[in-house]
Amino acid sequence: MDNDIAPQNSKEADVTDNIDEQEAAAEKLQAAADLKAEYKELAIQGLWKNNPGLVQLLGLCPLLAVTSTVTNAIGLGVATMLVLICSNVTVSAIRHWVPKEIRIPIFVLIIAAFVTCVQLLMNAYTFGIYQSLGIFLPLIVTNCAIIGRAEAYASKNPVKQSAFDGLMMGLGFAIILIILGIVREILGQGTLFDGAELLLGDWATVLRIEVMQLDSQFLLAILPPGAFIAMGFLIALKNAIDNHLKAKKVVDKDLVIERVRVNFDS
Amino acid sequence: MAFWIASSPHNHNQTKTPNLMRLVIYATLPGILAQWYFFGWGNLIHIALAMATALVCEFTVLSLRKKPISHELFDGSALLTALLLGICLPALAPWWISVIGTMFAIVIVKQLYGGLGHNPFNPAMAGYVMLLVSFPLQMTLWQPPLSLVAVDLNFTNTLTTILTGFTLEGYSVEQIRTTIDGITMATPLDTLKTNTGLGLTVLESIESPVFGDNFALGWEWINAGFLLGGIFLIFKKAIAWQTPVSFLISLFICSFIGYSISPDSSASTMFHWFSGATMLGAFFILTDPVTGATSTKGRIVVGLLAGLLVYLIRTAGGYPDGIAFAILLCNMSAPLIDQYTRPRTYGHIKGDK
Repeated sequence: MDNDIAPQNSKEADVTDNIDEQEAAAEKLQAAADLKAEYKELAIQGLWKNNPGLVQLLGLCPLLAVTSTVTNAIGLGVATMLVLICSNVTVSAIRHWVPKEIRIPIFVLIIAAFVTCVQLLMNAYTFGIYQSLGIFLPLIVTNCAIIGRAEAYASKNPVKQSAFDGLMMGLGFAIILIILGIVREILGQGTLFDGAELLLGDWATVLRIEVMQLDSQFLLAILPPGAFIAMGFLIALKNAIDNHLKAKKVVDKDLVIERVRVNFDS
Repeated sequence: MAFWIASSPHNHNQTKTPNLMRLVIYATLPGILAQWYFFGWGNLIHIALAMATALVCEFTVLSLRKKPISHELFDGSALLTALLLGICLPALAPWWISVIGTMFAIVIVKQLYGGLGHNPFNPAMAGYVMLLVSFPLQMTLWQPPLSLVAVDLNFTNTLTTILTGFTLEGYSVEQIRTTIDGITMATPLDTLKTNTGLGLTVLESIESPVFGDNFALGWEWINAGFLLGGIFLIFKKAIAWQTPVSFLISLFICSFIGYSISPDSSASTMFHWFSGATMLGAFFILTDPVTGATSTKGRIVVGLLAGLLVYLIRTAGGYPDGIAFAILLCNMSAPLIDQYTRPRTYGHIKGDK
């Protein structure tokens, strides 16, 4: 009996070894797939589902105040994105050594440090934009989207994912800024990329496009109320697209339920 | 035998929305006639433009929202909005002013909030404020009464001025507004504001021809016309008397206090009543059943608040007239006022909720 069992055991051990190897490989594959899925999820969350501008409605103050031209919008969008990526990376890197009780002040200090860096850089290299953004550049510190991501994602996840999350969230925010800037600049002044040379250097004067000739400026589009109205339209558009997609999905689900019913009946 | 049982109200006023709106439109006629007599065809052209735009916008949005078009398009509310906006515009403003203003009023202020009965702000006033904020230059092109204008402003001249900015003879709007002495004329309220800012007393300011013999040449008769129409509406029970009465009393008290304290730098009470858009705002806009307060006490509070705001904006604000801003602010506070002035439910004791 013993002899009989022994080879069996060894065979079983072989099998389990094989299974272990397979499992390890599968786990690796699974981990890679998970990582890929996570990156994809992060991108979808940042750009669409959980867009800081459209859905979370965070950082509305700079969003509405500086989007009167595309150039300003790009300037603030890039600055916010840079701060978001850097702060996410730092917060994520030190997440094991930060006591829970004082994490918020630490996050704020980190963000403030990066905002100061970005502010000094813009002061040095893009002085025109630095002047036209005015107080809203240092006010990035108080942008809830940044501390929100530090608290909700970066403080719990590894560095790479956090950096990617910062990139996607920053990109989502910047895209909304730029769309608002485009709409308001066309309505208000009839131009696009007016003053782009302030941000991109002297060659950028060729970017300026005269979309339409306006006899008189449509001041409402340039003033903050116009930003609120345009923002409302953007959110409505996003919700309309979501509803449309949902309606499509519901039709698919109905089909699935029907099949289940057929099985149940039989 | 079973009695027919129904909940209150038992005494119905069978007025339907179109009938009510038509009544209000008829009631504006005396004011519009006075406006036509003193300022020419400009406002009538703007009213026509605004009404056409309103019908087109209303039709487009209603068909997009899949609403019963024939029922809601002709309920008169869009036409009334367009009419009120057309009355408020400067007579010689370019044509696109009334088109953009009406589009904003109907599409954004009224329909996007859910259509008639759901809009928190009065569409005509919101449209007017949008225009005033966006196009300050065009919206202050007030023309002096016809008797002071050197150019003959007949129907064709007015129409070409609105469409192209010049009369048939080639006079620009600026030239029309200038007297033989080369002084640009504005509305009485505007003149008073500028002159007081320059340090002139009221007595010196009202020497200006735009003030006429009484309070404000032309404007006094327009306001009298709207007052007449408003009294007709109250008599017909189309509007509640509490709002206009409390508004006018409040404006009277405020201006009386101002006049008593310093008669040199503040205009008389009757000037405040009979210039600008006072009567139009009191009887036709503040009484809007959708955006105003609903309880009796609430209406009185809204009227008092509006009167105070109008006086403050006229004397201390940046704009010469403040009816539109005051009414929008009152629209905003109306739900809160309603909450605190809830009438006692029948059968309940005071203070019992």
